[in-house]
Amino acid sequence: MNWTGRRLPRTEDPALLRGEGAFTADLAAGARAVRFLRSPFAAGRILSITAPDLPPGALLVTGADLEGVGTIRPELFRFNYRAIAQPVLPRERVHFVGQPVAAVVAATPEEAEDIAEAILLEIEPEEPVVTIDDALRPGAPILHAEAPGNTVVDGTIRHPDCQAAFARADRIVEFSLRSGRQNATPMEARAGLAAYDRATGRIRLTASCQMPHMLRTGIATLLGMAEADLQVVAPDVGGGFGQKMALFPEYPLLVWLARRHRGSFCWIEDRNENLIASAHSREQRHHLRAAFAADGTLLGLEADILANTGAFSCYPTTCGVEPLMALAEYPGPYRLPTYAARARALATHTCPAAPYRGVSRPVVTFGLERLMDRAAAALGIDPVELRRRNLVTEFPHVTPTGLTLDQASYVEALDRAAEAADIPGFRARQAAARRDGRYLGLGLAVFNERTGYGTPAFAARGMGIVPGYEVVDIAMTPAGDVEVRIGASPHGQGLRTTLAQLAADRLGLDPSRIRVIHGDTDRTPYGWGSFASRGAVIAGGATQLAADKLATRLRRAAARLLQAEPEAVTLRDGAAWAGEASIPLTEIARRVHQRSEQLSDLDGFNLAETAQYDPGGTFSNACHVAEVEVDAETGHVRVLRFLVVEDAGRLLNPLIADGQVHGGVAQGIANALLEEVLYAADGNPLTGSLADYLPPSAAEIPLIEIIHMETESPETLTGAKGLGEGGAIGAPAAIANAISDALAPFGVDIAELPATPARIRALIRNAR
Amino acid sequence: MKCPPFDYHAPRSQAEALALLARHGEEGKILAGGQSLVPTMAFRLARPASLIDINRIAELDYCRAEAGRLRIGALARHARFERLVAPGPTGALLARAAEHIAHAPIRTRGTFCGSLAHADPASEWCCIALALGAEMRVLREGGERLVPAADWFQSVFTTTLGHDELLAEASLPLLGPDWRCGFAEFNRRAGDFAVAMAVTALRLDAAGHVAGARIALGGVAGTPILAEAAAAALLGAPPTSDRLRAAAALAAEGFEPTEDAQVPADYRRDLVRAMTRRALEGSLAT
Ligand SMILES: Cc1cc2nc3c(=O)[nH]c(=O)nc-3n(C[C@H](O)[C@H](O)[C@H](O)COP(=O)(O)OP(=O)(O)OC[C@H]3O[C@@H](n4cnc5c(N)ncnc54)[C@H](O)[C@@H]3O)c2cc1C
Repeated sequence: MNWTGRRLPRTEDPALLRGEGAFTADLAAGARAVRFLRSPFAAGRILSITAPDLPPGALLVTGADLEGVGTIRPELFRFNYRAIAQPVLPRERVHFVGQPVAAVVAATPEEAEDIAEAILLEIEPEEPVVTIDDALRPGAPILHAEAPGNTVVDGTIRHPDCQAAFARADRIVEFSLRSGRQNATPMEARAGLAAYDRATGRIRLTASCQMPHMLRTGIATLLGMAEADLQVVAPDVGGGFGQKMALFPEYPLLVWLARRHRGSFCWIEDRNENLIASAHSREQRHHLRAAFAADGTLLGLEADILANTGAFSCYPTTCGVEPLMALAEYPGPYRLPTYAARARALATHTCPAAPYRGVSRPVVTFGLERLMDRAAAALGIDPVELRRRNLVTEFPHVTPTGLTLDQASYVEALDRAAEAADIPGFRARQAAARRDGRYLGLGLAVFNERTGYGTPAFAARGMGIVPGYEVVDIAMTPAGDVEVRIGASPHGQGLRTTLAQLAADRLGLDPSRIRVIHGDTDRTPYGWGSFASRGAVIAGGATQLAADKLATRLRRAAARLLQAEPEAVTLRDGAAWAGEASIPLTEIARRVHQRSEQLSDLDGFNLAETAQYDPGGTFSNACHVAEVEVDAETGHVRVLRFLVVEDAGRLLNPLIADGQVHGGVAQGIANALLEEVLYAADGNPLTGSLADYLPPSAAEIPLIEIIHMETESPETLTGAKGLGEGGAIGAPAAIANAISDALAPFGVDIAELPATPARIRALIRNAR
Repeated sequence: MKCPPFDYHAPRSQAEALALLARHGEEGKILAGGQSLVPTMAFRLARPASLIDINRIAELDYCRAEAGRLRIGALARHARFERLVAPGPTGALLARAAEHIAHAPIRTRGTFCGSLAHADPASEWCCIALALGAEMRVLREGGERLVPAADWFQSVFTTTLGHDELLAEASLPLLGPDWRCGFAEFNRRAGDFAVAMAVTALRLDAAGHVAGARIALGGVAGTPILAEAAAAALLGAPPTSDRLRAAAALAAEGFEPTEDAQVPADYRRDLVRAMTRRALEGSLAT
């Protein structure tokens, strides 16, 4: 029986659906509540922090109390990175509205908020730098002395022959685009619970995080404590999307409190804090210039990329993650002979940026796919045909930025999508609708998604802390069940199900006998976490390797017990077989553990194994098609149809793969139409509640059709490729193209996302 | 986002509630469905010292047609109006608008009168109350007054309601079959407060001429407003498509729009033009 590849319902779901999940807040009973007092100013000098008479048991912690605590200062050794430091609590200056300035502890969150309200925080406001233009203005205030010109990263890639390509071009297409700032808005906001264990003196931090091992390293370093004295647990985590990768000041502060005051302290972030003070992303401006031959061949590309990365640099990825991802991945799935680009990260007095599902590639794909549509119009070539002429068709292919594209189906996925979208039929409906004054549009987006990349890829970025590998410990219990301990830390991706399926096939066991253990630094091997579409590929590969090693041990034991050669033993249906003879795995497990004298000559024999996996990476690919109707009077966009042709290699569990696509597309549609973090000119956030920051509801998301292709990757052990981010990567571009198509009669070109109704109306009004 | 401390009272009768209101004055606040008050308290924008919860007062829970008016008690929830509460244009208009108010769970708790008391400028019920000429029955210990909708709304979140007063009932005229009501609203997500909304009511005489016209706009100024010039322009002639368009254009020009980072003034005027025309056209389509 093959378990891998089946649409197995997730083992995670029943408890979640019954409301029996255990999230950090569910575990916080008995802990004292922490409320952070946050800066009301974008920029300013702290003059004083005065507390009223604190009720008994209440505490106030300010930067002055944190003697000896380090600063959050991630490193990058390339691209002119300037290391800037973020204090856990500032002593001198505040750098964004929402920055924690002090912490109040009380018996209940209500009481802590009452006290926090009464604290007198005296800040002398200074001139803030809020936008990209503010940051670049000559003579602008400088946020960090280490970063002159507010430029924290300044990377370039310049091929010497790029100019020549433009000189040779028949057509040059040039435009600017802008992506608004977004918040990943996980359903569960951040949360932490730090508890002191009197017996051992250790601290257990339970936190809604994506990288428990990394968080432990980061906090132990900041506080100068032994890493072994800190246990970090990620219990059920209600979504992360990258926002929960970073080391935020709130967590070390909780651990500091637990150590100093030998008690339990919890902080459950509220939605307002999450919206203004967790992590933002995607605020970027690109200027693109592309050279084309008359037949549509792309000859060269120039890109100037600016990212507003906020007040500090996120740990461990640094604020280089957005601009440098764009720098490296602009060529996308296209054959690009020559390339010149510059990418900068700019510091401003706004909430720091961190990775968010897709990291830059939603913006890059928006740029590239608008470019393809604009070029098609300029050259008079059908947009599908123009793409087809430029997509990479031979693999492996090395991009101008040095990335190797493994076997994929760029053209095939495009063709499948174009066919399923019935473009001729759509054009007829579009024409008929236009006669009635209705504006329908169809847009597509082709892209590839770099996934499952290990140490070399991260090392190439010059990161001070290089993630990449995953380790899996596997063991069979005396009762014959299998425990798989993983360093990765899923938070909604269903890895418990998928990894059990993989291990089940290697061990000839039912997946219900396999327990995947994750999210606890005491119980799992050191590992990185779930981000960058890596869980299934890397933790999956490591699980498969570990299971194979365990299978070898089981075969050896079975061979001894069955009096056969190990090579002749196979594992299936919960037993080991040698010809007609068999022995249940439960029996092998019992004998190995409890009757080891029978196997005593197998030296040091047990049923535990470890494996590590660290692949180079693989690119999945997809083509998204959006059909929209634009209400020209109100600027409102309704998504009528959304089609995804997805090729993520071998599908380990298609049900879970579909879920990843659905969620990603929903976020992508919201990024295209609804969600934007806005700041006033003085740096005050204007989108501090879900009445102003607009994640989609079910009503805004159409049925999402998915067609899977399975081009297995030669680069990964399982043949699988990652797909966690793709939904969010392609959807904004497809929607932007569809709106531009719908509004072609007005000559409207979408160059700014989200394409809000007010913006669309302004474009239509100005076009008229 | 936790509420500041408060006392809680749960009176069993209207009289008891009025006594509590008199006692607590400015410090007291009525809790009806809580769908506006509780979030406002969580943001600490409202901090009443005492909450007077009226949810246990059975005598306030009604909605009935009586003597040509629809009488809506203080505990009638939004969800009640999703089905026709009365035959004729008034009931149909309420049902049409109800589905635009928030989401199902909120509609099962939030009250019609709570919306009028809260006076959000983008409230559907407030806009309808102004369009149709609602009348509020306001009680305080030892007193009662009736306030027409035209005098009710003062400014954003502000009505003529005094601190010691209870809005016991709102009533709407039950319009006859010669009236045609229209409703159109624009928002970015289903269930959000309107960015702009229009409620229209036209009375057609036997010749098919407009003999009466009311147009109210919501979500575009500090209070719901009447587009009087636009309504007047429709009178005395058949409601042709050109005349509806012209009226919509008048509606779009005749007020000072509120502006914010997401909605510039000229965009709001665009929306008012579109919503007014759609409400008028929709009301005549059937
Ligand atoms: C997510 C969300 C979306 C929403 N969307 C919409 C929408 O699209 N359209 C819309 O109209 N509303 C919307 N609302 C608001 C909702 O309709 C509220 O229910 C309504 O505004 C208030 O009614 P309530 O009974 O809940 O009043 P409460 O919240 O209990 O009270 C509101 C205010 O009115 C006072 N009050 C209430 N009843 C009385 C009374 N009888 N006499 C005197 N004072 C009284 C209270 O003291 C308080 O000041 C939304 C709410 C939420 C949370």
